[in-house]
Amino acid sequence: MAGNILVWIVWVVAALACLGSGIAVITFSNPFYSALSLIGNLASLAVLYLLLSAEFVAAAQVLVYAGAVMVMFLFVIAYLGGRADAPWAGGPSWQALGAVAASAALLVEVIVVIGLKSSGRLSHSARVDFFYGRPYEIGRLFLTDHLLAFEITSIVLLIAAVGGVILGSHSRETQ
Amino acid sequence: MNGPDAVWYLCLAAFLFCTGALGVLIRRSPLIVLLSLEIMLNGSNLALIAFARQHGREDGQIFALAVMAVAASEVVVGLGLIVAMARRRLDLDVDKLRTLRG
Repeated sequence: MAGNILVWIVWVVAALACLGSGIAVITFSNPFYSALSLIGNLASLAVLYLLLSAEFVAAAQVLVYAGAVMVMFLFVIAYLGGRADAPWAGGPSWQALGAVAASAALLVEVIVVIGLKSSGRLSHSARVDFFYGRPYEIGRLFLTDHLLAFEITSIVLLIAAVGGVILGSHSRETQ
Repeated sequence: MNGPDAVWYLCLAAFLFCTGALGVLIRRSPLIVLLSLEIMLNGSNLALIAFARQHGREDGQIFALAVMAVAASEVVVGLGLIVAMARRRLDLDVDKLRTLRG
């Protein structure tokens, strides 16, 4: 099937872009380049969300993350002057080796669990219709089944906005 | 239009999560620690949306949107802390901030 192969090609390209830009984020010494590669990471994740027919989440990902959050990040990095820290200066330390070992152990554990479960229900996905993941359904779920989560999310955002203002104004007073 | 199974998406999400965890553990600049946290949250978001697609229900997408809102507020507070640290002429190095250590 030609469509099937095309989906696989798009998946492989998006997954490789995702992994490559994720590794680039943690290896660049300049935080400005790290933030730029995180934008690429978020964009390729939006492609993967589209493949999973989550169109609304993909749009929200591009708007909220790649738009608002990353602009704020780049603004702060430009404000601070983008001072570089060399991640692996002075050879590999025991801390870096321990960090690599810890995250590799985490990865192996998760992959083993996925592999153990992969033969059962994980191997075949449910059949969805054309209207799966449309904004109407997302909004209906948010205002009926998950109303508490919706309200708590709004309170969390309000508290974060107030906290940002307080953190910014407090340091101005003490100078 | 049959794409990859949920297993492939889950493996990719695990790789993303561990990349972000490695960045959080290995980097010293708090800005890059925040960026690596974003990668970890996005890995969990990818797993949530893959499970939502696999079960054919949208509840996982609702969770992913809530995680996005939490990530946005975390970035606001984290960047506010970093700017406050920079204004007090503190070193932007998470290994040197030892005042709160018990």
